[in-house]
Amino acid sequence: MAVETHQMRKFLNDPAAVVKESLAGLAAAHSDLLRYDVENQIVVRKDAPKKGKVALISGGGSGHEPMHGGFVGLGMLDAACPGEVFTSPVPGQMLAATKAVDGGAGVIHIVKNYTGDVLNFKLAAEDAADEGIKVTSVVIDDDVAVQDSLYTAGRRGVGATVLAEKIAGAAAEAGGDLARVTDIVKRVNERSRSFGVALSSCVPPASGKAIFELPEGQIELGVGIHGEPGRRRAPLGLASEVVDVMVEAVISDLKPKHGSKVLAFVNGMGGTPLLELYLVYGEVDRKLRKAGVEPVRNLVGSYITSLEMAGASLTLLELDDELISLWDARVHTAALRWGV
Amino acid sequence: MDAATITSWMREIETSVRAERDHLVQLDAAIGDADHGINMNRGFEAVVQALNADAGSPPGRLLIIAGRTLVSTVGGASGPLWGSALRAGGRVLGDQTTFEAAQLAEVLAAALASVKDLGTAALGDKTMVDALEPAVETLKAQIADAVPLPKAVEAAAEAAEAGMRGTIPLQARKGRASYLGERSVGHQDPGATSTALIIRALQRAVSSEP
Repeated sequence: MAVETHQMRKFLNDPAAVVKESLAGLAAAHSDLLRYDVENQIVVRKDAPKKGKVALISGGGSGHEPMHGGFVGLGMLDAACPGEVFTSPVPGQMLAATKAVDGGAGVIHIVKNYTGDVLNFKLAAEDAADEGIKVTSVVIDDDVAVQDSLYTAGRRGVGATVLAEKIAGAAAEAGGDLARVTDIVKRVNERSRSFGVALSSCVPPASGKAIFELPEGQIELGVGIHGEPGRRRAPLGLASEVVDVMVEAVISDLKPKHGSKVLAFVNGMGGTPLLELYLVYGEVDRKLRKAGVEPVRNLVGSYITSLEMAGASLTLLELDDELISLWDARVHTAALRWGV
Repeated sequence: MDAATITSWMREIETSVRAERDHLVQLDAAIGDADHGINMNRGFEAVVQALNADAGSPPGRLLIIAGRTLVSTVGGASGPLWGSALRAGGRVLGDQTTFEAAQLAEVLAAALASVKDLGTAALGDKTMVDALEPAVETLKAQIADAVPLPKAVEAAAEAAEAGMRGTIPLQARKGRASYLGERSVGHQDPGATSTALIIRALQRAVSSEP
């Protein structure tokens, strides 16, 4: 078995400072949209708090950029809480973010379903309640690779997180109240399913070593976004075959009605070039139409990454007219911008 | 036992977690995302600093400070779990300046209850509970049998270590390792490993008392 040896080659100064330095760069690049609160370790929308608007915050480990700092701005998140690489942020960050964005109409915590994220956000929501801020929390759990059962920590939150942040962000921007916007987050989650495939592992800066080794000619099926090994290995075949597995995994779980309109999100894990992502999208498009499902909207690119992991994930969101209109609504963040 | 025992315990943990950092990272790479050692190291370094700044407080208060520090520095699941555990343990001691063996057992029992309540893991799920529960049960039994404290805590540390090794054949049902399903079998759980280090550190702290 051929084993890859990794010598870490990254743009780093002190590996322990990578998150802070990157956030400082994000803020310098997008000072019109956001600010980086170094003391509280949060990224906040420049014009926050927006009085009377429901605010949305999210957060999670770093290493998934542009998620979530790149989604802070008009029509999407009001604040993001970045933890260390692949490590959940701490409650103090979420409490500071909640207070910074609270416009008096309530704050929604969008929480990806990982034990660390769930526990830290839970503690933060309790702290916020102690301070009299109305918080609702929605857990995103769209990944079909993991069986949700008594025997696992539940399905992971992956691609649907991006879609929920955009769509619910639009509903909040349009003046929706807390109940309505919370409901939109839940609806996006319930109607989305995802499946990821890795062609390589990734190297976290603090450890300097690849998290797992993929032998020659093998891929990991059912991966998450933290570089952890997937559900099983398979031989690397043609893109057409790999995409078959992905589409089948998602459709068999989502069970969209014949003639359904969907949003097809082909996401790069960070190490796969657009050349390949579009090739994958072409396969997805063909296979969906063959299955009687129409991709009327799409997103192709690296939006929820796992450092430099080579790989891709597919998220399908079953749409309705309201979700389509909210997706199309204007957004102005570092990573997504249209209508402005 | 008193405040100095707690401070000594936390220092022993910090030393141990620092020394075993890369091992914990390696265990966490096999069935997780390779950050457990780094997170625990960061947390307990912060705990030692926080306790240095609060030398006059009673032992219960020190445990609460330690717990709060872990919540605000570790991140991941370990921060809230160990943070809640130590805070629950600290509350058992209230404002007392000294405590006896029976209370040490209560402190650990409260810590375990807090972990199981927050994380919902049970014995056999391949988590920190698989090391902590045997340690707590052993300590309680030994102290109830009037075994001298150093021997009792030694037995608890051994139970934790046996529990840690016992996670190897288990399939994970909680946490990130559970996403791997059967592939988690054959790997020692990182959370159980750091828990065994923590109980062994307690044994060293208690045994070095005059």
